Amino acid sequence: MSTFVLDQVSRWYGNVVAVNDVTMRLGPGVTGLLGPNGAGKSTLIHMMSGFLAPSAGSVTLDDRPVHRDPEIYREIGLVPEREEMYDAVSGWSFVLANAKLHKLADPQSAAKRAIATVEMADAQDRDIRTYSKGMKQRIKMATALVHDPAVLLLDEPFNGMDPRQRLHLMDLLHRLGDEGRTILFSSHILEEVEQIAARIEVMVAGRHAASGDFREIRRLMTQRPHQYTIRSDDDRALASAVIADASTSAVELVADGVGGSLVRVEATDFAAFTHALPQLAAHHGIRLLEVHPADESLESVFSYLVAR
Amino acid sequence: MNGTVAQLTARSLLGRRRTIVLMLLPLALLSLSVLVRALAGVEEDTAAGLLGAFGIAIMMPLLGLIAGTGSIGPEIDEGSIVYLLAKPLNRYSIVVTKLAVAVGVIVTVGVIPIAIAGLIMTSSLGGVTVAYTVGALAAGLAYAAIFLCLAVITKNAVVVGLIYALIWESLIGGIVPGAQALSVQQWSLAVAEQVDFGAASSAVDFGTGLVLLLVVTSGATAYAGRRLQTLRLNDDA
Repeated sequence: MSTFVLDQVSRWYGNVVAVNDVTMRLGPGVTGLLGPNGAGKSTLIHMMSGFLAPSAGSVTLDDRPVHRDPEIYREIGLVPEREEMYDAVSGWSFVLANAKLHKLADPQSAAKRAIATVEMADAQDRDIRTYSKGMKQRIKMATALVHDPAVLLLDEPFNGMDPRQRLHLMDLLHRLGDEGRTILFSSHILEEVEQIAARIEVMVAGRHAASGDFREIRRLMTQRPHQYTIRSDDDRALASAVIADASTSAVELVADGVGGSLVRVEATDFAAFTHALPQLAAHHGIRLLEVHPADESLESVFSYLVAR
Repeated sequence: MNGTVAQLTARSLLGRRRTIVLMLLPLALLSLSVLVRALAGVEEDTAAGLLGAFGIAIMMPLLGLIAGTGSIGPEIDEGSIVYLLAKPLNRYSIVVTKLAVAVGVIVTVGVIPIAIAGLIMTSSLGGVTVAYTVGALAAGLAYAAIFLCLAVITKNAVVVGLIYALIWESLIGGIVPGAQALSVQQWSLAVAEQVDFGAASSAVDFGTGLVLLLVVTSGATAYAGRRLQTLRLNDDA
């Protein structure tokens, strides 16, 4: 049972602040590190894996600072984002080499166990360069698991995986988390994170934006004001019908730039609004031509969380 | 020293097209020495000239550059070095192991061929042959250490190394006598000169050459180990 503690951690490169005053505590189980690209997730993982010194604050694993302490890797398994390995060797040789580098008492059986865990025994004798992306990812997992670490750090492990490989890895992370390991993986896809992680830490623009149970995060994300642009055959009538409904907070009638008009709606209750809209239209005999959520990009969802 | 690090280093150093390039230089030297022997017979001065001008001045810096940077540079560029660094391994032992592999390669494709070339041209393992073999070994070790350290410091190690070897040692060293005092080539020639006085001549005396070789080799190795302790794996912030 290991606990990672990040205490007021910042990291800057010259004038660029990559991680800004982050405090979090990670215990056993699977935690998802969620955030758009460039939010500082990788920088955070690099600091947690001891390769980068925090510019301010401290990163400790069970009260031990991780930076510049090679002994810490007895506790940590790291799955890097980059795909390159020593690809002129077979999967088996590479995992075995990793076991030997850890100076394990019985590297052969450790490598065997790790390869069995990621279900790569059938392909273990092929050179790594012949592997598919998903197979490479699994061998990377095996190298990280070979010394049976209490902590597993994975940087964007689902990137480029097909759905079947994704499912396989999710299943594996679940199992490893249930065994009591402290697991952190980063992702920029909410759906990915909420399927495996009991806890989610959200990073946006270097800041720790939210933390907690995924249901809580999802509620925060879905209950923010949603904007829609709607095109119909009677925009003025639609606008008056929509603002009369309790699920909306603002309505605007705007020109669409090509001679027609648009209704821009801000809905406070996203679920109620999407339910009410077609009924209102039917009731008033208005035809909806186009309904478009205006700000559904992940960045805007995250920036809403930060602005709160 | 770590056997597993050595194995992985050797495989990535020799597994690529680099092996062919590494073989070209000794093949050229051996062909030239056969030619010299056939045309001039046993001629110690000519043999010394070829071993000095081609063996020490061209082969050693190039082999040192290829093997020294190649033993760690590609792993840093690709990021696969993380598999060595995320282990409870002493960083200095990683550098020393990689240096040993690089020197092993240089001995195989550089120092031994120089000994064979000397033997071909002089029909003897004494004098010229032994002087240049020992000189080449000293040069190979120093070049490998310097260029390995350079590969840890900068991604442009090959370019910087070439500029040092070609511009500083060959060009400036040839024109400005003072520059010769700071040249691995001259230090190794001083070692060769010490082994056999008539065979080689250097711009620096033996004591100076030996001390500078030792200081630069161990300094470069120690600094590379230090830099590896805090090597940043990602340049994207």
